[in-house]
Amino acid sequence: MSQPGPAGSLAAQGSDTPGSSTPTRRGTELAMLAFAAGLVTGALMLVEANQEQQLTMRLVYYGLAYLVLFAVAHGAVRRWAPYADPLILPCVALLNGIGLVMIYRIDLALTERYGDNWSEAAPKQVLWTAIALVMFIAVLKFLPDHRTLSRYAYMFGLAGLVLLALPGMLPSSLSEVNGAKIWLRLGIFSIQPGEFAKILLMVFFAAFLVSKRDLFTVAGRRILGVDLPRARDMGPILFAWGICVAIMVFEKDLGTALLFFGVVLALLYVATERFIWVGVGLVLFVGGCLLAYQLFGHVQGRVESWLDPFGNYEGGGYQLAQALFGFGTGGMFGTGLGSGRPEMLLLQANSDFITAAIGEELGFIGLAALLLVYMLLAMRGMRSAVAVRDSFGKLLGGGLSFTLVMQIFLVVGGVTTLIPLTGITAPFLSAGGSSLLANYVLIALLLRISDAARRPQTGAKPKPVQQAPIAEAHTVMVERPS
Amino acid sequence: MQLTRAGFLALLWLFVLAALRVVRSDLYAAAGLRVSVPGFRRSAAKKTRGKAPRQLVVTHGALAGTRISLDGRPIMIGRADDSTLVLDDDYASTRHARISLRGTDWYVEDLGSTNGTYLDRAKVTAPLRVPLGVPIRIGKTVIELRS
Repeated sequence: MSQPGPAGSLAAQGSDTPGSSTPTRRGTELAMLAFAAGLVTGALMLVEANQEQQLTMRLVYYGLAYLVLFAVAHGAVRRWAPYADPLILPCVALLNGIGLVMIYRIDLALTERYGDNWSEAAPKQVLWTAIALVMFIAVLKFLPDHRTLSRYAYMFGLAGLVLLALPGMLPSSLSEVNGAKIWLRLGIFSIQPGEFAKILLMVFFAAFLVSKRDLFTVAGRRILGVDLPRARDMGPILFAWGICVAIMVFEKDLGTALLFFGVVLALLYVATERFIWVGVGLVLFVGGCLLAYQLFGHVQGRVESWLDPFGNYEGGGYQLAQALFGFGTGGMFGTGLGSGRPEMLLLQANSDFITAAIGEELGFIGLAALLLVYMLLAMRGMRSAVAVRDSFGKLLGGGLSFTLVMQIFLVVGGVTTLIPLTGITAPFLSAGGSSLLANYVLIALLLRISDAARRPQTGAKPKPVQQAPIAEAHTVMVERPS
Repeated sequence: MQLTRAGFLALLWLFVLAALRVVRSDLYAAAGLRVSVPGFRRSAAKKTRGKAPRQLVVTHGALAGTRISLDGRPIMIGRADDSTLVLDDDYASTRHARISLRGTDWYVEDLGSTNGTYLDRAKVTAPLRVPLGVPIRIGKTVIELRS
């Protein structure tokens, strides 16, 4: 672990003198990380106190271990992406930490309810966090420039499609858990390849749009004052739509389908600045929704329990109704960490419904703060995307940030019955290794892009190139004109 | 019990506020951009000739009131994000104009913009010397140099 020395950058942060060299602001990051670690330790203490467990020094050690884990990540950022955004990592650390505490707290509740049938999720999640941070550091180390990715775009696209299709093709015994065929069960542990496919496909789509974006701005026929795109340019969007429908049919996974389609639309809009693409996408989306509703029983079930969770209390609406009860009990200030009843949310309490559990125990105020942290995270990502100088980075950064927003919208919207429940995990909060791994890779890419955006451009680079030939040039005798 | 509950929520929001402070300090970091507070402005900048210009002031347009201190480096104006003065104006080009120091005088030059740059009514086609207090018009934005 590299020992960070915050003093220098902290001083630089206070007096952002214009004209002086760009501050790296790593000190700010470390301070915010320490703040996040303190908050998480506090949360853990509250849980223990409210669950009437003994408060021991053990908790402080947990807090320290957490801080060390993220300090290592911070060291990696300091070394390999020194100009990266100072807020992204602390926000992630806070969300991940609160998630860990909530998962541990839900473990306590579910062990009480199910006894030994419940295998604890918190130790697994801690392990996954460590693995995810290793991945995070690896991406930062081995990817010094995000533009390298665009060279392998088609390979990534193919790999993403394969990963996405794999669970649908495999027999159910290898890929089905709780009715959704999105898993790869590899002996002791199982992963969701779709989470990684998401990032791979986004890299592909960003690179594709950069090279082909002119095609999408060609206006076709004009109807009712709107420039419709030409029919032949509709290929890619129809292709994406087809893939999403296929995911719904073969893998019964509404969330991934929605997320994927949303990201494609967002990238198209960012690349072309033409709203008509969003319009076309929405029409396709509505068409897909109607189709799915007519064809699939599980979609109808989701919609029914969305429209009337209490009417379907005995059936599919039970968890939703409990989530709503939880929000109601929590009210403005919440019941306090460790005093709620997350066991009522059954087995999904720590994955799909973790925001409901948080809403109950931290109340509206606490949940709003967490949502703001998500917003800050996405905002910093978007800002980096705006500031970075290459179009591939812009599109990729925008897409990655949008994915975060879209995921949290689908989760919280689903749990609060704003939209039908789609079964997607809250990034960094929910239990689930694949989601955690993929989202940490996503964050590493965002940090890479923000590093490229804030790194001072001028100086250093062009000079050696110009000086080298002069230094190597041989002495030439020049005759003096007499 | 109640105290810890409220305390934790307060700390959570403190984190958000601290993060927002970092965001805010970032907003003003862009190359000496400072938004002047009306009322604190010193009695209209003196237009004495012969004095060296010290700052560039936006007098009209969306960014009116913005001041950029001149430190000898060229000022890039346009819609590009890395411009010194980033215009959000439909009539401005991505890289619209440059104001740079040559010797002791500041010169404005047009960088091939679509709608042109005007130095007090005259269209800028070649680099022109900018006297103090003479308006430079770019799209809807008017800027001038002050000492």
